[in-house]
Amino acid sequence: MELVKPAIGLLFWMLISFGALLFILSKFAWPAITKALKEREKSIEEALHLAETARGEMKKLKFDNEQLLKEAKEERDAILKDARKIKDSIVNEAHNKAHLEYERMIEVAREGIKNEKMAAITELKNQLAILSIEVAEKILREELSKDKKQDQYVKSLVDEMKFN
Amino acid sequence: MNNILHGLAKSMLLALIIFGISFSLMAEDGHHTPDTTKKKFDAGKMIMEHIADAHEWHIATIGHTHISLPLPVILIDNGSFHVFMSSKFHHGLEAYKDFRLMTEGAYKGKIVKIETLADGTESISPDLPLDFSITKNVAAIFFSVFLMIWIFMSVAGAYKKNAGHAPKGMQSFLEPIIIFVRDDIAKSSIGEKNYEKYLPYLLTVFFFIFLNNLLGLVPFLPGGANVTGNIAVTLVLALFTFAITTFSGNKAYWLHIFNAPGVPWWLKLPIPLLPIVELLGIFTKPFVLMIRLFANMAAGHIIILAFMSLIFIFGNMHEGIGLAVSPISLAFSIFMGLLELLVAFLQAFVFTLLSAIYFGLATEEHH
Repeated sequence: MELVKPAIGLLFWMLISFGALLFILSKFAWPAITKALKEREKSIEEALHLAETARGEMKKLKFDNEQLLKEAKEERDAILKDARKIKDSIVNEAHNKAHLEYERMIEVAREGIKNEKMAAITELKNQLAILSIEVAEKILREELSKDKKQDQYVKSLVDEMKFN
Repeated sequence: MNNILHGLAKSMLLALIIFGISFSLMAEDGHHTPDTTKKKFDAGKMIMEHIADAHEWHIATIGHTHISLPLPVILIDNGSFHVFMSSKFHHGLEAYKDFRLMTEGAYKGKIVKIETLADGTESISPDLPLDFSITKNVAAIFFSVFLMIWIFMSVAGAYKKNAGHAPKGMQSFLEPIIIFVRDDIAKSSIGEKNYEKYLPYLLTVFFFIFLNNLLGLVPFLPGGANVTGNIAVTLVLALFTFAITTFSGNKAYWLHIFNAPGVPWWLKLPIPLLPIVELLGIFTKPFVLMIRLFANMAAGHIIILAFMSLIFIFGNMHEGIGLAVSPISLAFSIFMGLLELLVAFLQAFVFTLLSAIYFGLATEEHH
C-alpha cells in the first residue's frame, strides 16, 4: 500500500521545514504574541481591580458622608433640643419670675391697700371721733337738759359707728 | 476587516500569477497520449492519484492536455546529485538522464533509473535513486510554512505596535484561536506551572495542521495538496511530539513507566509485564497520533472525491444518468466539504490536545 509508506524526500523536507517553522515562530512570533496577550490581560485585570477598589472607596466615602450627615443631623437635633429646652426653661423662669413679681406686687398692693384701708379706717375713726365729738357737742348742747333719752341716743350712734 | 480583505486580495493575485505561469507552460506540455480511444473512468485510480504526492502540481486536464505546474526534481543517485524540473519527464512519457517517472506498475509515481543491459534492452534498476524532489506536498508545505511565518510575524508586529490596544485585522481573527490553544489546550492539560515551555510548539503544530487541512480543501493552487493526509507529514509531527515528551519526562514519569507505584509486584517480576506495556505506550501514543491525523484527512479527501466520482461513473454508463446524479453528488460533496471544515479544526485540535496531554503526563508531579 503506497499510501502508508512514508516517502523519504517528503520526510526530509517536512522535518526541515517544520523544524524551521517551529524555530522561527518560537523565536520571533510566539513570545511576542504571548507576552503581549499576557501583559494586556494583566493590565485589564489591574484596571478591573483598580475599578473595584475605587468602587469600594467610593462606597466607603459615601458611607462616611452619610455617617457625617447623620451625625450632623443628630447634632443639629441635639442642639435644637437643647435650644428648645433652654428656651423652655427661660420662658418658665421668666414666667415664674413674672409670677413671683406679680405675687409680690399683689402682695405689695394688698399691703398698700390694707395700709390705706387702715389709714382710711383710722382717718374715718378719727373723723368719726371728731364727728362724734361734734355730735356729742351738739347733743350735749341740746340735751343738757334731757338726760336719759340723750344718753341712749348717743349710745346707739356710737354703736352704729363701730359697725362701719 | 480591511486587512483581511487586503491580504485575501493579495493572495488571490499571487494565485492568479502562478496560474498564469502554468498556463504559459501549457503550450510546452501539450503532448497527446497515443491512444485516442475513450478511456474508461477509473474512480479508484483517480482518487488515489489525487490524494497521493506528485512530482508536478496538476491543475487540470483538458482533452489530453495536462495543465500543471512543474516542480524541481532532486535525485541522489550513487552519491551524485541530479537537479532538474519535472517537466523534463513530460508527465512520465519521456526519460531524462536515464531517469524515468513511472505512471504504471509497481513503481507507479516513483522515479526510477533505467539501466541498459549488455544485450541492449532497457530495464529498471532495482535500487531506486533517493528522491528528495520538491514534490507537490513539499511545495505545499513550503507555501504553508511561508504563509504561517508571514502571518504570525505580522501579527507579532501588530502586537508590538498595538501594545495595550484592542486587536485589529488579522490579529483579532487569530487572537481567539491563540487564546483557545493557550487556555483550553495547553493550560488545562499541562498545568499552570509548565505550560509556557510547550506553548510555542503547541501553537505551531495547531496552526500548521489547521492551515494545511484548510488548504487541502481548496481545490486549486496553492491548495489541493493532501499534506496532512500524508503519512510522512504526520509521522514528522508525531515524531516532534514523541521527542518533546521523551525529553521532558521527569523522574516521576519514568518511575511510572518502569516501576509503577501501587501495582502488584507480580506484574513486574519475574516477567516485567507492566513495564513492557508502559514502554510500548511511549511509542504507541505518537503512533496513534500519526495514524489518526493521516487517516482522518485522507478519508475526508477520499469521500469528497468519491462523491464527485459518482457523477463520472454514472456518466460512463449514460450521459443522462450522470447529469441526473450530479446534483445529488454535488450536494453530498458540499455537505462533506462543510463537514471537512469542521474536521479540519477538530483534527488540529485533537492532535494538539493529545500532544499537550502527553506533555502534561511527562511533567506531572507525583506526591
